[in-house]
Amino acid sequence: MSHVLFLIPIALFLGLIGLAAFYWSLKSGQYDDLEGAAQRILEDDDGPAED
Amino acid sequence: MSCCGAPDEVVISPLRERTAIFSEQEEKLRLHARSTGDNTLQSDFLVSSMHCAGCMRKIETGLTALPFVKSARANLSTKRVSVHWNENEGRAESLVEALEGLGFSPVPFDLELQVKESNNIGRNLMFATGVAGFAAANIMLLSVSVWSGTDPETTRLFHLISGLIAVPAVAFAGQPFFRSAIASLKAGRLNMEVPISLAVLLSLGMSLYESLSGGEEAYFDAAVMLLFFLLIGRTLDHNMRERARGAISRLAKMGAKGATVLGTNGETSFVPINEITVGQHILIRAGERVPLDGVVIKGASDIDRSLVTGESKTISIASGANLESGILNLSAPIELEVTKTGDHSFLAEMINLMETAEQGKARYVRIADRLVQIYAPLVHFLALVTFIGWMVVTAGDWHQSIYVGIAVLIVTCPCALGLAVPIVHVVGAGHLFANGIMVKDGSAFERLSEIDKVVFDKTGTLTMGAPQVLENTKIAPKEQALIHALASASSHPASKAVAQFTQTKDGAIPEIQNLKEVPGFGISGIFDGKEIRLGRYDWVMEIANTKTLADNCREVCFAQAGHPASGFAIEDSLRPDALATIDALKQAGLTVEILSGDSEAPVKIAARALGIETYAHSRTPQQKIDHINQLQQQGQKILLVGDGLNDAPALAAAHVSMAPSSGSDVGKLAADIIFTTDSLKAITLARETAININRLVWQNFAIAIVYNMIAVPLAMLGFVTPLLAALAMSASSIIVIANSLRLNFLGNAAVAKPKSQDQASMPFPTVEASQ
Repeated sequence: MSHVLFLIPIALFLGLIGLAAFYWSLKSGQYDDLEGAAQRILEDDDGPAED
Repeated sequence: MSCCGAPDEVVISPLRERTAIFSEQEEKLRLHARSTGDNTLQSDFLVSSMHCAGCMRKIETGLTALPFVKSARANLSTKRVSVHWNENEGRAESLVEALEGLGFSPVPFDLELQVKESNNIGRNLMFATGVAGFAAANIMLLSVSVWSGTDPETTRLFHLISGLIAVPAVAFAGQPFFRSAIASLKAGRLNMEVPISLAVLLSLGMSLYESLSGGEEAYFDAAVMLLFFLLIGRTLDHNMRERARGAISRLAKMGAKGATVLGTNGETSFVPINEITVGQHILIRAGERVPLDGVVIKGASDIDRSLVTGESKTISIASGANLESGILNLSAPIELEVTKTGDHSFLAEMINLMETAEQGKARYVRIADRLVQIYAPLVHFLALVTFIGWMVVTAGDWHQSIYVGIAVLIVTCPCALGLAVPIVHVVGAGHLFANGIMVKDGSAFERLSEIDKVVFDKTGTLTMGAPQVLENTKIAPKEQALIHALASASSHPASKAVAQFTQTKDGAIPEIQNLKEVPGFGISGIFDGKEIRLGRYDWVMEIANTKTLADNCREVCFAQAGHPASGFAIEDSLRPDALATIDALKQAGLTVEILSGDSEAPVKIAARALGIETYAHSRTPQQKIDHINQLQQQGQKILLVGDGLNDAPALAAAHVSMAPSSGSDVGKLAADIIFTTDSLKAITLARETAININRLVWQNFAIAIVYNMIAVPLAMLGFVTPLLAALAMSASSIIVIANSLRLNFLGNAAVAKPKSQDQASMPFPTVEASQ
């Protein structure tokens, strides 16, 4: 029983972190262009050239 | 509404002052841009030829290399490039030039057209799905422990934790359903969301009561899982519609947002459409569309009304002619006196007619909504019967009776039923999308599968709307190059057709002096010291040494002074596969009809070539609506395929409608389905897919009903436990989803079959599928 008192909050906390990460990724527009994201990984360089 | 996000007065006046500095093209481009503050403008371009990571990279690096560009981002899903640039240092024209230099053809995209709200709806739905998923996973972990056996203390604790997760999760993620249910109840109707909301709320409420009062069973997992599954369906459905809508707005070309106004002293300025008043003079160049209704006061030209009235022949006009907005000016600049402002123009009239037609149309009730009208009352009645039955049997045990009654409601929550339709529609729409067909709304599938008559517009729908050379008299090789050179000099559709037809292999262009276009007649020039003419029969014959030409080759003629003349027969060519499609529709037992605004002769020719017996010609937009309504009152279900502005009201009135992407914007707005292919095969493909979709939807309903027939008696007898409810509900949902995915295989079979034979039939004028 005492393990449970630790494990459940930990499990929930980790789950919430995941949820927060999902929220952040949504907000930052990472789901706006799924097709493009799939294609971009085929390019060697990371993203567009900086300035 | 302002283009630049700030109040009109502030933005428009500086734009005016700049008129002297910027070219008109630049003004137009800036009208489409939006200020994001800090001297930065955001311009969006549609680049439909962007297909891969390489293209995206090329565009992004190419644009950011320009010194005044702050950032450029390509979006492959929407085929859009968004550029932030400094408005003081750079020019929008340079952006276009840069993109063109990279081999792309950008179309400026109006940010006003973008519906930003719908994007937010999508994000909110996705996040709600995430929340429901998080809650479902955690509660399920706790529930599985409870099901595998725990002592009463732990059970109670786990139920309380589950409740703590479930209540906020349902309060947040259930909102789309609750809102829709309330709206529907307010309107006095039942929709799918009513039983869903009821089941979710009741199971949550009962479980809370149970866990607080130390009861053994709770349905938290069922409530949250229901929401999770249903939200997945919702999100997919929303994304499908968004994709279709994005693709349709992608097709919207740079509209007439302004016009060149001529001042009293002959100076010109570019003014937004809504600021032009009646009586002002505007200039329309060759190749431009008429932005507002008006009367020609200066100049003569040829006009193309195919999108406006459906007439396929070009018409010569001179001073005094009335022009409706949307008409394409072909050969020479004309000056127009505006007679009607934007709100009263022909275009606005069409939109009015379209709205009236839409209201008059009997509202189609979706199959799912019809089903729920029976399902929801039945289920609620059964729950009540269960409650009363248990009250009688247990001699008034409230707690037990309510518990079993609610269990019936939970088990019958239409989860599988709610997924049955959207999943199939999403799969079907994705399949059609890959074939260049965009479906705006899922109910279009249901309506399309019911049709028994197909009515076609002619110009631009059965035909390409671009004429082709059909026949010609003998042409000397030396003359061919001359004709080509003359024809290439004009943007008149007939000239374009001749130019394409007379293209020579070596591509040598003879030198012609004094090349000029004579509006209404043709093009003339001097070659070898002699006049050459390409154009109208009588005008060309004036200089030719032949007396007459074959009757059928008089549409466009050519002659060099003192030489024999030659002639071409020009006809609007049929779309590829038109004949095969009409035959396939007839074989499927549908009747086919032509309803055109064009004059009798061309309609008759097309009807005969396609083997269509019933045709109507010279119809006005109002007559078209009346005809469609009349047929529909006789109980016929009509698919109308049309492209023009004049078809738009009828498209809205028809049971279901399709428009080619080459059509008018209003036509595309009115139609349920848009196809981007040249081939008319899109119609048969869409119909076959719709029929397959409908079959699968009914199968899904059958699965959901069989599930209920097993689950409901068990629940009524009180045998259902939370574990059993969770298992049964997810199993039925998964079976429905799996069945829906079968459409991929059915769909492929439908496409593969006709492909093998479609190359063979090329009806009357041969057409090369351009693309």
